[in-house]
Amino acid sequence: MASSSDIQRGDAIHPGDPVIVSRYTTPKRINHWITATSLILLALSGLALFHPSLFFLTGLFGGGQNTRWIHPWIGVVLFVSFYIFFFQLWRANIPRKVDFVWAAHAKDFLAGNEDKLPELGKYNLGQKVVFWAMAALIVVSIVTGVIMWDQYFATATAIPTKRIAILIHSIAAVLMICVFIVHVYAAIWARGTLRAMTRGTVTGGWAWKHHRKWLRDLAGHGRIDPAE
Amino acid sequence: MSNSPITAVSNPPVQPVSADLGPRDLKRRSATLDLPPPERQLTEVAKLIDVSKCIGCKACQSACVEWNDTDPGVGENVGVYENPGDLNPNMFTLMRFSEWVNPETDDLEWLIRKDGCMHCEDPGCLKACPSPGAIVQYSNGIVDFIHENCIGCGYCIKGCPFNIPRLSKADHTVYKCTLCSDRVAVGQGPACAKACPTQAIVFGSKEDMKAHAEERIEDLKSRGYENAGLYDPAGVGGTHVMYVLHHADKPHIYSDLPDRPEISPVVETWKGAVKYVGLAAMGIMAAGAALHGLIAKPSTVKREDEEHAEALVEEAPKNGEGV
Amino acid sequence: MTNAWTDIKNTDLVVVMGGNAAEAHPCGFKWVTEAKAHRGAKLIVVDPRYTRTASVSDLYAPIRPGTDIAFLSGVINYCMANGKVQWEYLRNFTNASFIVKDGFAYQDGLFSGYNEEKRDYDRTSWDYVIGEDGFAVTDPSLQHPRCVWNLLKEHVSVYTPEMVERICGTPKEKFLKVAELISTCSAPGKVMTSMYALGWTQHSSGSQNIRAMAMLQLILGNIGMRGGGMNALRGHSNIQGLTDLGLMSHLLTGYLNMPTEKEPDFAKYMETRQFKPLRPGQTSYWQNYRKFMVSFQKAMWGDSATAENDWNYHYLPKLDVPSYDVLRMFELMYDGKVNGYICQGFNPLLAFPNRAKLTAALSKLKFLITMDPLETETARFWENHGEYNDVDTASIETEVIQLPTTCFAEEEGSLTNSGRWLQWHWAGGTPPGEAQHDTWIMAQIFLRMRELYRKEGGAFPDPLMNLSWDYADPNEPTAEELAREINGRALTDVMDPADPTKVLVPAGKQVLNFSQLKDDGSTMCGCWIYSGCFNEQGNNMARRDNHDPDETGAYLGWTFAWPVNRRTLYNRASADLSGKPWDPTRKIIEWNGEKWTGYDVPDISPTAKPEEVGPFIMNQEGVSRLFTRGMMRDGPFPAHMEPFEAPIPNVMNPKMVGNPVSRVFVTDAEEFGTSAEFPYVGTSYRLTEHFHYWTKHNRVNAALQPEFFVEISEELAKEKGIEKGGWVRVWSKRGSVKAKAVVTKRIRPLVCDGKTVHVVGIPLHWGFTGAAKKGFGPNSLTPFVGDANIETPESKAFLVNIEPSSGPEEASA
Ligand SMILES: Nc1nc2c(c(=O)[nH]1)N[C@H]1C(S)=C(S)[C@@H](COP(=O)(O)OP(=O)(O)OC[C@H]3O[C@@H](n4cnc5c(=O)[nH]c(N)nc54)[C@H](O)[C@@H]3O)O[C@H]1N2
Ligand SMILES: Nc1nc2c(c(=O)[nH]1)N[C@H]1C(S)=C(S)[C@@H](COP(=O)(O)OP(=O)(O)OC[C@H]3O[C@@H](n4cnc5c(=O)[nH]c(N)nc54)[C@H](O)[C@@H]3O)O[C@H]1N2
Ligand code: HEM
Ligand code: HEM
Ligand code: SF4
Ligand code: SF4
Ligand code: SF4
Ligand code: SF4
Ligand code: SF4
Ligand SMILES: [Mo]
Repeated sequence: MASSSDIQRGDAIHPGDPVIVSRYTTPKRINHWITATSLILLALSGLALFHPSLFFLTGLFGGGQNTRWIHPWIGVVLFVSFYIFFFQLWRANIPRKVDFVWAAHAKDFLAGNEDKLPELGKYNLGQKVVFWAMAALIVVSIVTGVIMWDQYFATATAIPTKRIAILIHSIAAVLMICVFIVHVYAAIWARGTLRAMTRGTVTGGWAWKHHRKWLRDLAGHGRIDPAE
Repeated sequence: MSNSPITAVSNPPVQPVSADLGPRDLKRRSATLDLPPPERQLTEVAKLIDVSKCIGCKACQSACVEWNDTDPGVGENVGVYENPGDLNPNMFTLMRFSEWVNPETDDLEWLIRKDGCMHCEDPGCLKACPSPGAIVQYSNGIVDFIHENCIGCGYCIKGCPFNIPRLSKADHTVYKCTLCSDRVAVGQGPACAKACPTQAIVFGSKEDMKAHAEERIEDLKSRGYENAGLYDPAGVGGTHVMYVLHHADKPHIYSDLPDRPEISPVVETWKGAVKYVGLAAMGIMAAGAALHGLIAKPSTVKREDEEHAEALVEEAPKNGEGV
Repeated sequence: MTNAWTDIKNTDLVVVMGGNAAEAHPCGFKWVTEAKAHRGAKLIVVDPRYTRTASVSDLYAPIRPGTDIAFLSGVINYCMANGKVQWEYLRNFTNASFIVKDGFAYQDGLFSGYNEEKRDYDRTSWDYVIGEDGFAVTDPSLQHPRCVWNLLKEHVSVYTPEMVERICGTPKEKFLKVAELISTCSAPGKVMTSMYALGWTQHSSGSQNIRAMAMLQLILGNIGMRGGGMNALRGHSNIQGLTDLGLMSHLLTGYLNMPTEKEPDFAKYMETRQFKPLRPGQTSYWQNYRKFMVSFQKAMWGDSATAENDWNYHYLPKLDVPSYDVLRMFELMYDGKVNGYICQGFNPLLAFPNRAKLTAALSKLKFLITMDPLETETARFWENHGEYNDVDTASIETEVIQLPTTCFAEEEGSLTNSGRWLQWHWAGGTPPGEAQHDTWIMAQIFLRMRELYRKEGGAFPDPLMNLSWDYADPNEPTAEELAREINGRALTDVMDPADPTKVLVPAGKQVLNFSQLKDDGSTMCGCWIYSGCFNEQGNNMARRDNHDPDETGAYLGWTFAWPVNRRTLYNRASADLSGKPWDPTRKIIEWNGEKWTGYDVPDISPTAKPEEVGPFIMNQEGVSRLFTRGMMRDGPFPAHMEPFEAPIPNVMNPKMVGNPVSRVFVTDAEEFGTSAEFPYVGTSYRLTEHFHYWTKHNRVNAALQPEFFVEISEELAKEKGIEKGGWVRVWSKRGSVKAKAVVTKRIRPLVCDGKTVHVVGIPLHWGFTGAAKKGFGPNSLTPFVGDANIETPESKAFLVNIEPSSGPEEASA
């Protein structure tokens, strides 16, 4: 069954009132927060160089020189942490037909009429888009970032290449920040979501509302803790 | 000879100024949005390098090393006369040698060009620089790096149409020819011009240098170099280091001197459109989210959702049973 | 130089041939740039390599090393054939019209009188016909078949453009372009300057190269002219001073000669020196020789030199051989005949030919003293540096004593530049570490030796014991004291020859210049040609007045030029027979009816009437010599001679090897290679980035040219599979070196006598001490043979072979 791929290690239902559903294991959450922190630091340090009006942000990193050297290293951290995360989640993020049906009725989703929508697996298309967008943009960033990383790779590529790299890097950064805003906003807007990343669990109701199929699968596969 | 321009050999080539060039002389300042106009307008200066007079002796190179107290290091011979092999953070200027057979005469010409910062009127390095005040342009046209403000990002390297600035591994700032701004400030010509035995390098007001170039071009034309001319490329708004070339119609034969240099359109896009569109996009995104958060109601999980979930769990096979 | 550096700006045509002025004399070269920029002057470069000088030239022609005589004779032939001659100048100011003895002849590359066994000429036939009046016979109409002009015409007639191409490899069209441009300077209003250096001197026929150009310049009427002249570009900052002050084994100061064994007494010595005029009314300035000689001897030995003892003539060494030049000294050393050697500011291990022989020679010394500011290779000849200096240290017993000296910049004194300007300079720094001034060291050696002689006696202590040494601090004479001594002073009152009751120079005062010197012991003078440098007006060498009325480039108020502050030698020849400048825009001096006036000090008595006294007052003839009589060992006219190692046989006489009268030591003769074994022509030279073997000790220069390399053509590289920047091995009969390869279009193969000749260019600046990468330099390869007249080693043309190789091995630990 295709949708069973949505079930990941550690996903489980804990009966009770409310029902609690484990969505992320602790290592996953730690990793997510490393990713999140890196990206925020990257955005801040990157933006400091992006525009003169934001140069003051270098102050957060102890000045321009520090900002300059630390940013790419954080980028490396981001890349590593995100891609560990990526390989754990990628199957659940493969878009399915149902996602498109769902997306076609996204209006209802925003209006809170989720009952009119097909039942979803672990992630909705919006999340999947974030996932894949980040995956792509981070690759783009690291590739372009390394090309323009003059401290170590000054002679590796020619200047015209570097120019294109930096152009792409800044565009990617802008896109990533936009995606990031969407992602974080969505997490806040859909109440009850944040705890997935803070505690690793969501309530059964949250799962029923947003990812019913995932919940059904979990239940169907007996991913239920013995009742206490 | 009487009307020949003032050169570095007759100091001072431009009026000495009361003190060092400083903040009040800035015409441009990197990453600075509202720079007040300079308090005084200094005479626009220029260094004129007459390639046709240059004998490739590298006296300019050694004078530059001596004056700036750098140590370019002892490299190796890789089969050419260029040494060091390229500009580096300790070598701000480099004689480049190219052996060119003139297709018209079939005669060999050894074109020797002194490479270094051109001190562009519209400097790509400065345009690219993200750090306020790391690159400045004085009202006399000199483009200078202010090392304490430099963060070592290397953007200037990408911004420069002439491939000039070099990043130092030692202090992580970028170096290039300063046009001896410290000497010019006190009314002296650049060290390289001073050392040049043939006066292939002369220094003075840009106007004088252009006039001098005219004389030189006339002389070259009289020797059969029909295309002799001045290299003061308009693409970068003109430069404060100019060349007299025997073959001004093909600058690229002089060790790849750009034929029509300009700040790369990629750089222009990066430092232009991307900045505006990018800031706008991020702004709109953030504002949109904020606005949505304020206006739209959040998506909340209802009591009945929880109940559905409980019901589902009740019906479901217990752990391990159905796997 | 006959003229001065600053004078070059006045020229119409610069010919740089036998030198590389832009690289070896960049600062002087600025005057070429001036002439080009402000006078529209043209620059011709004739060099085996397309040099940095060539890079700013109007016309470049390649030439095979060692064939300049053929080229220049070709140009002379061209000028003669096309009537491009400054006729009036030629007739009046040269010996073109002099009739030559019947016995003189030239055939098969040899002049009359050759003795193969002695490797020398009997030069008696090389002379003028002397008339009954004791003067040389002339034919001003130049019709006489035995007049110099007609003999010369015949002599150069073989050097057709085709012959030039055949010998020199210079394409005919290029040669003709050069000849044509040069020939335009026969017009009285057009001048050419010749700038040359080692490309001409470092050949076994080096002196004749220079002769050939000097003759051409005379034919074009360019000697004595503003913007003209024969301009030897001297090497070290004070090498002109070195020769002027007689630091050569066969010279005393001011080109007075060291006595030879054939001149056991003063009378005999003087007999052959006070030349009488060969034409009526001429000056023949060497008539004053005795005054200069006696004043010199008084400077040396003060009161002990008296008329009775012939001014201590017996103190002077008497040469048993023509000279004890460096080659001969090393030959003697090699033979184990030298115990000790003092190398003061000299690095022969890198500078002289056949390093293997030099190393062997130095190893046979008991002691070697070096006086140098730097760690020279010579001082370290015993140290093993792997392939770079592969010696067996343990077997060398020579005791080496290194005395650190200051460098010229750290002391006060004067340097004589190529333009004969004595320029005073002041110490730029204090001696570092243990370094001492050369004068201090020399004084110490002298004082301590004298003390030893006083205590212990010796074979012949007199010259030493009586050496005049009256300096304020005997331990270290000052530069000023020495300069005053060189200038000379009156020892007793010197009376005015015109009015013997008048004191011209009171006793103790400096003489004004050498015109006040006497041969009666009343004056002393260390070096007569320098006299005037430091007289009662003060230190004229320290003058820095750069006014230049009418911008003639003379700068009479700037320092002091010998002789008597004259800036252009033979400047009388810049004016026609009646004393009017040939070219009014180039006036130097002019006869105003009573005396000579103008911008420079006249090179003639100021009241000598123009029609009577010839411009070349140092010559007995009063005119210049197209035919040198017996004054050069290898011929009164230059004739093409191949280098000792040549890629093709001499086309004039295939059996003739090298210069037939050059001195060759027996062991060296065996070490000449043949073109079968060594097919390529090696030539050595300097690069602008380095000064000899000093600047490799400086990190800046080392950065600008870090590593030893050789230059070869693209064709040779291809033939041999040599890559740009790759390692090659170059070897000759005498040794082998490894270098990086610079493959260039600037050296191209030449076709000589039907054979393709490749040139391998070898710059000389690397050794095994210093900041630059270790390297070899060319002298492991060069032959141990010199010019026939002056023994300058033949470093510019020899035979080598080349192949791709691996890099050299360093010494293990
Ligand atoms: N930078 C620098 N300058 C120096 C010196 C130095 O070491 N470095 N040394 C100084 C000294 S001591 C001296 S003596 C002078 C020497 O000054 P130069 O004589 O000008 O120098 P070189 O490089 O020895 O030789 C000059 C040229 O002669 C060419 N040549 C070789 N053989 C022939 C030939 O047969 N015919 C012709 N026409 N050309 C030939 C060579 O290719 C070379 O380009 O330089 C002085 N100046
Ligand atoms: N193959 C080949 N060989 C050549 C040449 C060539 O063209 N080809 N050129 C030849 C020529 S022209 C020359 S001039 C010679 C040069 O040969 P050298 O004269 O032996 O070479 P330099 O390196 O000039 O040596 C001079 C030494 O003087 C020292 N010195 C400098 N100032 C002072 C001072 O004030 N006092 C003392 N005591 N020492 C001082 C320097 O440190 C240096 O070591 O090389 C010759 N050798
Ligand atoms: C993934 C690895 C990354 C690497 C190796 C990297 C590297 C770099 C480098 C070398 C620079 C030049 C400045 C400096 O040297 O510090 C830079 C600039 C920048 N980076 Fe990154 N970066 C990465 C990721 C990111 C991410 C994820 C973002 C944003 C979300 C980002 C945003 C920026 C921005 C905005 C700039 C400034 C661009 C400009 O001035 O136009 N970078 N990056
Ligand atoms: C303050 C910053 C962030 C917050 C508050 C946040 C919050 C969350 C929350 C609550 C979830 C769980 C959503 C769910 O399980 O449905 C989540 C998932 C996720 N987050 Fe974040 N996040 C942040 C930053 C980031 C960043 C910077 C990245 C990546 C570059 C990222 C990538 C992801 C991914 C990939 C998932 C899993 C969803 C999927 O696979 O589609 N998050 N985040
Ligand atoms: S100093 Fe002058 S002549 Fe020498 S290489 Fe530099 S520009 Fe050319
Ligand atoms: S390296 Fe320095 S000068 Fe260059 S762009 Fe960056 S901050 Fe500006
Ligand atoms: S040449 Fe390059 S470094 Fe120099 S001013 Fe122009 S852009 Fe800047
Ligand atoms: S102007 Fe000054 S800094 Fe620039 S190359 Fe010349 S000496 Fe060097
Ligand atoms: S010795 Fe010095 S001043 Fe003279 S030409 Fe060489 S570099 Fe110039
Ligand atoms: Mo020399």
